[in-house]
Amino acid sequence: MLGYITKIRTISERLLKEGKVDMIIGFRKGTVPMMNEPCCVKSLENVKELVWDSNCGINLTNYLTDRKEKIGIIAKGCDSRNIVTHLIENKIKRDRLVIIGVPCKGMIDRHKIASMFEKEIKEVVEEENKIIVRGDNFEKIFKKAEVLQENCAICIHRNPVIYDELVADLVEEQKNVDRYENVRRIEAMLVEEKGDYFDNLLSACIRCYACRNACPLCYCPTCFVDESRPQWLGKSIDPSDIKTFHFLRAFHCAGRCTDCGACERACPMGIKVRAFTKKLEKDCFELYGWEAGMSLDERPPLDTYRPDDPDLGIL
Amino acid sequence: MKVIKIDKKIWAGGLEKLKGSYRLFGPVKDNEFHNFKRLDKGKLPDFNYFNTRLSPKSIIYPQSEVMFEYSLDEGKVDHHIMKEMDMDYSSRAVIGIRPCDASAFLLVKRNFDTPQYKDPYWVKAYEATTFVGLACNNPCSTCFCTTAGCGPFHEEGLDLLLVDAGDYYFAKTISSKGENLLKSAGWDTEIDAGKQIKTMKQEAEARIRSSVATDKLKNKTTTDLFDAPFWEEVAFACINCGTCTYVCPTCWCFDIQDEVNGYSGIRMRNWDSCMFPIFTLHASGHNPRNTKMQRVRQRFMHKLKYYVDKHGDGIQCVGCGRCIRLCPVNIDIRSVCDLMNSYGNED
Repeated sequence: MLGYITKIRTISERLLKEGKVDMIIGFRKGTVPMMNEPCCVKSLENVKELVWDSNCGINLTNYLTDRKEKIGIIAKGCDSRNIVTHLIENKIKRDRLVIIGVPCKGMIDRHKIASMFEKEIKEVVEEENKIIVRGDNFEKIFKKAEVLQENCAICIHRNPVIYDELVADLVEEQKNVDRYENVRRIEAMLVEEKGDYFDNLLSACIRCYACRNACPLCYCPTCFVDESRPQWLGKSIDPSDIKTFHFLRAFHCAGRCTDCGACERACPMGIKVRAFTKKLEKDCFELYGWEAGMSLDERPPLDTYRPDDPDLGIL
Repeated sequence: MKVIKIDKKIWAGGLEKLKGSYRLFGPVKDNEFHNFKRLDKGKLPDFNYFNTRLSPKSIIYPQSEVMFEYSLDEGKVDHHIMKEMDMDYSSRAVIGIRPCDASAFLLVKRNFDTPQYKDPYWVKAYEATTFVGLACNNPCSTCFCTTAGCGPFHEEGLDLLLVDAGDYYFAKTISSKGENLLKSAGWDTEIDAGKQIKTMKQEAEARIRSSVATDKLKNKTTTDLFDAPFWEEVAFACINCGTCTYVCPTCWCFDIQDEVNGYSGIRMRNWDSCMFPIFTLHASGHNPRNTKMQRVRQRFMHKLKYYVDKHGDGIQCVGCGRCIRLCPVNIDIRSVCDLMNSYGNED
């Protein structure tokens, strides 16, 4: 994926020069290991800031919501599916977008890598399929597959589903992937075990809402947790309020979530918040044969009614 | 100042003794990271850490703190009367707090403890606490404490500073609170280690590689900085979550909420964040900071300009680096501070 940078810059430069777009939304190099910063490039001299590597796990579609400019956006598979969802939900217009598709080979899990070392990680370098982690007096080399974000390891839509430009040949999609192993493990738990599991999962939550705010689906002008007239939810760190937030947020994403993993990546406490959305993604797949953001021509399952819809989908 | 040598063999015993007269808090590894937790009987602080994920501010200023309770049951004589909660302000000690985090309490004190206004909850909790610092022999690459008004061996805000010297700790007494704690623990072997501590301090300071320039902030015209063109760019990536605020040792804003269940109610305060749109939402519906850029600008202007102007004693930041390490989109206060400090003409 490292070779993508030149192509991304060439395409971006051309689009800006030809006036096809007012800005390019992409990533620039971060100031700490395993982080890049989403950025907006408007002038030719800043095109060189654009980078691409395995630390681009934030979903850039989040930055498109309700924008009116002509935008060139760098989109990996999941980002492109969220663009489709945005188009279906009228959050952006297709004719305002030039989608620069990135065939993705997965993003690395910053939480997982950080937790493997007691010492401070000072540098993480990437070579094709290799991730080299360095600090004072240590170096460890991983195969990239060993340190992928969980959602990337089980991703079957690495290629963008919608694009105007492509930065490289499409990559081979992963096959024979068990996408729902984690969900099945939780489903198999007894009711009390599930309760404990979720209590424990959320025990570190500080209600910063990074998960919600990193999510391109969460664009409500006022989120239900922020609504004060009437106020639906308490504001403290009471565990039942915290759980209500996470469960309801996940339900709001049912049939829309592309499992891009931005929520989990964003969480400062390293909480595996995909446990919620993944279950609903699985349900939508099993009940309606639906995968979000794959086509502009089909309405999402929670947006339509068919007489043969299974009753299980009704709460 | 007196220095006591504490052999690590008698460390655990001393701490257990302390638990008789103090509620102890210390860094404990839970999940994948360290945070300050209550040290119950037999539980030791784990000093094998750079810094805790969250700052220890919650020991003095909990994320959610119930202040009053009341009843709405009109059958009761005292219905609709706010009654103060029973709070525990008995002696407590924070063991192994980093100097930056202890120093942060002094900045926060300027908000909660002024000649005019005293926040009773914060003041009582702060006064009840003895701060036992742990000097940073190996600071992180994101630490910029030495240019943010403190340092890895900084003493202000501490009652005692522990320096890890291998098989033992040097405990440098800074206040009478610190001395009392040493007495309670039974640690009393005096040693002349001033020189050694000084050398270790210099070495640690030399390991701080990260810095901010703040020298010109004070003389900038506030409105110039406010209207500077870089804010849109700084704010672009921001998702307006509360991470930076909640992990920051110097952020102090809170929101007061009433919660009623049936006839019984509580009045509590919860941490709040200027990153949230409802932070400044008026009852009229007007919001003076309605856009993301305005909110991001507020955070940095408050810490790096308004506070500087108001108190004339540096920035409202101790350089712990948590917001840099934990921001989901890598907004870096060091870069923003440099942008502000170098903006426009020198005047």
